[in-house]
Amino acid sequence: MFRPRIIPVLLLKNLALVKSIQFKKHRYIGDPINAVRIFNDLKADELVLLDIEASKNNRLVSLDFVKNVGEEVYMPFAVGGGVKSLEDIKAILNAGAEKVVINTHAAQNPNFIKEASEAFGSSAIVVCIDVKKKMFKGQRTCISSGSRSTAFTPIEFAQLMEKNGAGELIIQSIDRDGTMEGYDIELIKYISTSVSVPVVALGGAGKEKDLIEAYQHGHANALAAGSLFVYQGKKRGVLINYPDKNELVFE
Amino acid sequence: MGVSSIISSDPKDIVNTEKIIFPGVGHFGKAMSKLKELNLVDTLHEAVLVKRKPILGICLGMELMAKGSQEGNAEGLGWLDAEVVDFNVSDKTKYKIPCIGWNQIHIKKDSLLMNNISDLSEFYFLHSYHLKINNQSDILNETQYDYFYPSAIEKDNIFGVQYHPEKSHEAGAQLLKNFIGL
Repeated sequence: MFRPRIIPVLLLKNLALVKSIQFKKHRYIGDPINAVRIFNDLKADELVLLDIEASKNNRLVSLDFVKNVGEEVYMPFAVGGGVKSLEDIKAILNAGAEKVVINTHAAQNPNFIKEASEAFGSSAIVVCIDVKKKMFKGQRTCISSGSRSTAFTPIEFAQLMEKNGAGELIIQSIDRDGTMEGYDIELIKYISTSVSVPVVALGGAGKEKDLIEAYQHGHANALAAGSLFVYQGKKRGVLINYPDKNELVFE
Repeated sequence: MGVSSIISSDPKDIVNTEKIIFPGVGHFGKAMSKLKELNLVDTLHEAVLVKRKPILGICLGMELMAKGSQEGNAEGLGWLDAEVVDFNVSDKTKYKIPCIGWNQIHIKKDSLLMNNISDLSEFYFLHSYHLKINNQSDILNETQYDYFYPSAIEKDNIFGVQYHPEKSHEAGAQLLKNFIGL
């Protein structure tokens, strides 16, 4: 049976693994390759690796790092961070990733997603839509690790990206990031029922029940999380973990 | 995997090798144009149809073995009596396209490629199109995404999988080992 994917999202800062709260207060978690190895041993469905400083610093995620991940794992993974040319995408895919995640450049140049999906196929192109509630304006799509807001509402941007050929959309709530208080189910549902490409829920998952809720009520096609898979307990001790797939009942 | 391998687009290598893995991601029409541009179509026909070397197509690599595809309305290599068609799902919220994720295989016939792989094992899929096969005996696996479609094929020395064994943890590694051991 086809089942929703459960995806750990690993954030990189200077090649260290970190975890944020609302895109701020980055806490050091450990060595990313070590974490990747553990998720591979735990037979995770898929990984997403994002270099959160690449766009701000106008550079691409380290290709050596991507290659290193590819050599460690027997599982699919997507990589993002500073992608803004077809050459960048080619280099990341050649280094072993299945998919490339694009955020900043997709909003700055929506046509780039069209070129990218035509060149590499939609299934290799993932757009991450970072969403933040703005005073008096409702939710807006943000770029550059959440530091800049765009004029796009999340739904406008999601539909534009689908039209331009994105094969998958990660819908990330900045407001929920690291809070572990649950996904923004309304946002996920609104977008998932408005596009025909897969939607990955991200931001706020704090317990396994949140994953099930995003699937059942948010109609997400995959459930992603950071804190849930790197912390344990109320005090948030660092412990890489992954749910037992046989114990999670989605239907 | 304990076997020597090379990545190559050189006809000489392809004709001289023992077995061929034929992976692929991207667009059907563009991939066929690229094979023609690299002068690999005749090489592949010779290696597979004349010298009968075992070949394993992965994802788009398998699709290219069909007669043609709706993707780019292009002709394929034509080794299989099959067409590559769009997914035609009933519930577009539940069954998103591309189909991305883990799904079970139903093994439809005995095969060395399936050694030590149990029925209903999970593999990783990433695709928007699938095969429509005219000769049922060519179907090695079926998978259900809304409806059942062929997810692996075997015809003489020609093998193909829609899923990605290289990304499918232990079952995937076992499949690659089985292919190497043929």
